[in-house]
Amino acid sequence: MLDPVPLAAEKPPILEMRGISKSFGAVKALSDVSFTVREGEIHALVGENGAGKSTLMKVLSGVYPHGSYEGSILYSGEERHFRDINDSEKLGIIIIHQELALIPLMSIAENIFLAKGPSKFGVIDRDERYKRTKELLAKVGLSEAPETLITNLGVGKQQLVEIAKALSKDVRLLILDEPTASLNETDSAALLELLKEFRRNGITSIMISHKLNEITEVADRITVLRDGRTVGTLDCHEGEVDEDEIVRRMVDRDLESRYPSRTPKIGEVIFEVENWSVYHPQHSSRQVVKNVSMNVRAGEVVGISGLMGAGRTEFAMSVFGKAYGRDITGTVKVRGSKVDTSDVHKAIKAGLAYVTEDRKQLGLILAEDIRKNISLAHLGGVSTRGVIDDISEMKVAQEFRTRMRIRSHNVYQETGKLSGGNQQKVVLSKWLFTGPDILILDEPTRGIDVGAKYEIYSIINELADAGKAVIVISSEMPELIGTCDRIMVMHEGEFVGEVAGEEATQENIMRAIMRRREK
Amino acid sequence: MSTPQEAAVAPKAATGFWKENLRDYGMLISLVFIVIFFQFATDGILLRPLNVTNIVLQNSYIVIMALGMLMVIVTGHIDLSVGSVAGFIGGLAGLLMVRWGVDIWLAIIACLVVGGMIGGVQGYFVAYFKIPSFIVTLAGMLVFRGFMIAILGSQAIGPFPPIFQKLSSGYIVELISSDSGIYLTSFLIGIVLACLLVWQNFRSRSRRVMHGVESEPFGFFVGKNIVVLAAVGYVAYLISSHRGLPNVLIIMAALIVAYGFFTNRTILGRQIYAVGGNARAAELSGIKTTRLVFWTFVNMGVLAALAGLVVAARLNSATPKAGTGFELDVIAACFIGGASAYGGVGKVTGAVIGAFLMGVMNNGMSILGIGIDYQQVIKGLVLLGAVCVDVYNQRR
Repeated sequence: MLDPVPLAAEKPPILEMRGISKSFGAVKALSDVSFTVREGEIHALVGENGAGKSTLMKVLSGVYPHGSYEGSILYSGEERHFRDINDSEKLGIIIIHQELALIPLMSIAENIFLAKGPSKFGVIDRDERYKRTKELLAKVGLSEAPETLITNLGVGKQQLVEIAKALSKDVRLLILDEPTASLNETDSAALLELLKEFRRNGITSIMISHKLNEITEVADRITVLRDGRTVGTLDCHEGEVDEDEIVRRMVDRDLESRYPSRTPKIGEVIFEVENWSVYHPQHSSRQVVKNVSMNVRAGEVVGISGLMGAGRTEFAMSVFGKAYGRDITGTVKVRGSKVDTSDVHKAIKAGLAYVTEDRKQLGLILAEDIRKNISLAHLGGVSTRGVIDDISEMKVAQEFRTRMRIRSHNVYQETGKLSGGNQQKVVLSKWLFTGPDILILDEPTRGIDVGAKYEIYSIINELADAGKAVIVISSEMPELIGTCDRIMVMHEGEFVGEVAGEEATQENIMRAIMRRREK
Repeated sequence: MSTPQEAAVAPKAATGFWKENLRDYGMLISLVFIVIFFQFATDGILLRPLNVTNIVLQNSYIVIMALGMLMVIVTGHIDLSVGSVAGFIGGLAGLLMVRWGVDIWLAIIACLVVGGMIGGVQGYFVAYFKIPSFIVTLAGMLVFRGFMIAILGSQAIGPFPPIFQKLSSGYIVELISSDSGIYLTSFLIGIVLACLLVWQNFRSRSRRVMHGVESEPFGFFVGKNIVVLAAVGYVAYLISSHRGLPNVLIIMAALIVAYGFFTNRTILGRQIYAVGGNARAAELSGIKTTRLVFWTFVNMGVLAALAGLVVAARLNSATPKAGTGFELDVIAACFIGGASAYGGVGKVTGAVIGAFLMGVMNNGMSILGIGIDYQQVIKGLVLLGAVCVDVYNQRR
């Protein structure tokens, strides 16, 4: 509907994806997505986190093989059935993922020619390899020696090496997943210039990005995805494309009654973080959280919004017993007095609880049963003089199983065998059993179905009604708007805006982020 | 919370009881089969009183070390140095008691402390320096083997004072004299222990039934206890018809009970399993994971030292060869007993059964005259087979 009427002079499409649908279990990641890329253009793919951009690119590149999705892919005018990533690479479709796939302790040359490269009878031809590496590096504007180890390069240069690697494979369609997410201004600008140069040389690019100013600068066309559907495609050459317009298309959706209602009873400030700074655990010069302060009142639900990599999880985990980062400075106050949260044990004692975003890796012991997972953070509560009373432990578990409506045969069921929603309820139970005053919930509904989400929201409401301070970190803006009394907007390690619950809209949250970006 | 609801769930779970617990009882059943097999193959020599006592004495140090090794493995680590440490401590004991004439009890305490310190140093590198335990303890294996040879100068030291020898070759004092050839005190202790075990089982079952959480069928429970009673009683009878209860069996039994209780019922025990199951999740639940790993290595060091003393007392000399290859038997015992190489899974009872399974096989094959060469082959295959069965069961 938004597609402009094709012009006669227009180049033919290099890629057409028609009616693509892809499900993961019960979750529909893509439904009937159509996506057309013309030869030689830079096509931007935008959408919120979880809108299906990365999934669509994985379908295209064969990470999800033919047969695991519905719909068809036409590339260079022919229907293609990619079985794996090698199939698509042979035809010049190269994808550069958000997480760089370079091997840190190998040299640039070794990384570029990792799979195959100049060799004679299986023996690496070193001179030829260096010569070609140098040529490729020159194309992306790098002057580093081919034997430089990847680990000695900055993130920006690593990104360029990835692109050089793509060029070594005779790329025709280059896909970049958030290429500038971890780059600074100068590196980003250089990368965008490179894309423009590729366009002049006839290489087509698809760029996934959240940075709308960059998109409007380089893209020829923009396709917006939302909730796994195509919202439409905008042509940048047909008049000015407004960033606000893009944002509106990205987030527009009705909030229905997906969120249980609550009348907030907000009391005193019980939780304060002041001047909190955190540095990256490996790159000690990178400041991940920059001198931020916040507070939460009793009975209040405060949301933290922001894009991926904004520093939200890093902030929360560093507050929770310095579980992330180094050189952490700042103070934490509970009910007005300073508390020691220098390790997780002390943080729990101070009344904090942190429900991790990654319940499988960081939240649960998957091989253990529900009962043992629930008691884990507060074993003292089911034991006398260091000896666990298995009956009272079992009773605690049963109580939570009923209260949280955990669906399982009994409390002796392995948590690894529960559904995502039920696993999340077990993690929540574990933390509620510690009797916290302050709960930090990091992406509490990630990867769980709509019904279970509603139950989690209800639990959040109950906790707030019980006078607890609740912090919700989420990438889903509607979720924050639906559950929070106040939303803090985080961007690049800072709070860049604060929106009261009733005034919060996705537009003004996005705008707070975008405004900051353009500075 | 109403229990009737849970009680309603219980019978349903009972059908799955066998499936879930097959793993626990599987090893025990294998042990019984192997005992029966060798009993027939050796024409009854295996279960002769003298031989049963021998099996206990021969395997005591493996069992003792397996208790510590189980916890190390549960945390997701490994300790390759235990054989060398046991040998080194044996040498140290010889040096202290025989050459320098240090008081026996003082020397024993010193040896255990040194063992703990060795474990502590290794544990420090593993837990705080995050160096893989395989490497740290491989280094320890070389270092302490070397120290031991340095101490002994490639000569055996002995004999030990008679009281020290009693640690391994002594039997408990008989209070009741009897002419029937049976050491009654030992027999009675055995019977009382068996009864205590069964009584304890009944008590914990009745508590679980009261709260409606018992899934074990009653018939099975009764059968199990009858078997326990009969087996312990029979072994007690056999041992008391030889020379009575060996001292080392008392030590071993006490340690098994203590470690079984520790791993099953205490907060620290639970936390060790949590560290092995998911270290990051455990850490984020407020568990001091590094400290726990450190202490499991200290504990391992102390138990390796104790095993070293038992071996020295049994051989009645400290020899440079002592302890060679022990680590492999100990680790094999844990894995045969169902411990997971990835950590988080394993039981004390499993490790003990694993140790005895290996012990009975060693003993039975020796009686049959199978050469040391093929004994190794068979033991290796049994280890591989046991772990394969375990992995297969988990995948289902």
